[in-house]
Amino acid sequence: MIRLTLRQFRTEAAVAFGLLTALAVVLALTGPHLAQVNEAFQATCATTGNCSSAANPVFEVDRGLQALVPIIAIITPAVIGMFFGTPILARELETGTFRVAWTQSITRRRWLAVRLALLGLAAVTLAALLAWIVDWWDGPLDAASQSTFDPVNFSVHGFVAIGYAAFAFALGVAAGALLRRTVAAMGATLVGFAVSRIAVTSWVRPNLASPLHELLPFLTARPGFSLDASAGTLSLTPPLVHIPNAWIFSTSVVNPSGRALTGEYVLHACPGLHQMASAGPAANPLVALRTCQDKLSATFHTLVTYQPASRFWPFQWAELGIFLAAALALCGLTFWWLRHRLA
Amino acid sequence: MTVALEANGLGKRYGRIWGLSDCTLAIPAGRVVGLVGPNGAGKTTLLHLAVGLLQPTTGSLSVLGGRPGTTSAQLARIGFVAQDAPTYTGLSVGDHLRLGAWMNPSWDARLAEERLGRLGLDPRRKAGQLSGGQRAQLALTLAVAKRPDLLVLDEPVASLDPLARREFLKGLMEGVAEHGASVILSSHIVADLQRVCDYVVVLVDSRVQVAGDIQELLATHHRLTGPRHARGALPGDLLLIGESQTDRQSTLIVRTDGPILDPAWTVEQLDLEDLVLAYMTHPREHERRPHLEIHR
Repeated sequence: MIRLTLRQFRTEAAVAFGLLTALAVVLALTGPHLAQVNEAFQATCATTGNCSSAANPVFEVDRGLQALVPIIAIITPAVIGMFFGTPILARELETGTFRVAWTQSITRRRWLAVRLALLGLAAVTLAALLAWIVDWWDGPLDAASQSTFDPVNFSVHGFVAIGYAAFAFALGVAAGALLRRTVAAMGATLVGFAVSRIAVTSWVRPNLASPLHELLPFLTARPGFSLDASAGTLSLTPPLVHIPNAWIFSTSVVNPSGRALTGEYVLHACPGLHQMASAGPAANPLVALRTCQDKLSATFHTLVTYQPASRFWPFQWAELGIFLAAALALCGLTFWWLRHRLA
Repeated sequence: MTVALEANGLGKRYGRIWGLSDCTLAIPAGRVVGLVGPNGAGKTTLLHLAVGLLQPTTGSLSVLGGRPGTTSAQLARIGFVAQDAPTYTGLSVGDHLRLGAWMNPSWDARLAEERLGRLGLDPRRKAGQLSGGQRAQLALTLAVAKRPDLLVLDEPVASLDPLARREFLKGLMEGVAEHGASVILSSHIVADLQRVCDYVVVLVDSRVQVAGDIQELLATHHRLTGPRHARGALPGDLLLIGESQTDRQSTLIVRTDGPILDPAWTVEQLDLEDLVLAYMTHPREHERRPHLEIHR
């Protein structure tokens, strides 16, 4: 039974591990250079005083690969689901060979269990190896960008890709059982996987833990004021706050009672600005703006709502758990379907 | 008689459509049984239920004394060749034999190789490149080499040309003769059944119309031709199966154990095809007993 499974899926397995090896070679050849460029920059930037990631030349190296690698890492679980999961039942049902497979001296439950175990293991191994290679290659870039919670970085780093692969695989098997057509089931797997990933990224991941709120001094945050001369009003741009590797949801300027700073209030508190707004673009507002900001910072602070960098690994565990649980549920559904709907 | 298959009120529903409903029949063991009926009679559904590919919606079914498809031991006792003989197109003939060996503890490798040798099938050829006849032979080899107690074949020769059909049935009979398995074979080509079967079951609309030993059935069924006016004067121990009329003449298909002595009627022997056709054209709607009896 094990040998038959291996025989039936040897083409898929050979192609998958061949592609993985090819990618590993490319990354092994280019990875050290990325690390060197980043190290060189980190060593010298302290003396120039500009260590911001925008100035880091590492992002100019192998730009094509830098764009391609995350895409490969993100779509690989879906591909695994489509080529390892979907055919297990869809191909047998479509070609009628289930009538051969399930009339040998093995119950179909065991037939499916062996396939799920073996091919699921192959799928997870592939995903783990890919995640490991990509994590190593992308390490310098991740360190330089300091944004591990970026949706792409989060899914490319760590071990969460294992959960994605297990889920896509189980989704592929279940879609094959329900749709009974390989191509249709592959399409459903791709769409289902994409929708699940987007839904979890946008609605589940932000709510895995309630975010932290922190008050920063107004001045350090330096909100941008902009004067709209024609209307004679003042609009506020949200302050830019940088907390390394944190996931910042929102920043706003508030007073102790929680009221947000408005343009109207600024104009009221600093009457000089109003005249400047009416005077048009000829006036230089910079000094007045700075004075006004100093005055306001006595009462106003910048409120940051964010997930701290320390939550990266707990979030990885939680998302891995969600996708593994969904994968198990889909396997259960497939067994039920095999017993009650395909008989 | 020992029973290979026994169904009681057996039914299978696909969504809203019943593939088989309220089917009651018994098929004896140790025979080569032909299951015949028009398309849609429920033959394939019945056979899929028998090999455990389907589970009944209603009623009960026992095959070789067990519930089909529930345990590996039960699965091991039944060999199945499905309609159109599905095989794995990407796998070679040799791979199919290995598949059989891996999935069946009772696998007879020598028997399988001998059969393929006799057929001249190259083990390295992909199953997808085989002709329909060769594919059917491969599927039969897979089913026979498992050494089953019961061999079930669903329309095995329907898509084959006459020569391949003859070869297939010959191969089937050799396999059966060597190992003495019971066989249930569905077909709507009666001539083929006549060559290999010794027992026939006619199924129309899930109902058994007639079942019995072919020799016995042929000996007790007759075609009577006579003047139309004699139609009313038939002896009471005849069971009328079918009739057709012209202006002056009646042709009747009847079943009786005794001789027909009335000189008004010309008595002719039936062949199996006539007999089956008579039961298929005049199905007994309300007859639910598995065996028709002669009313005396």
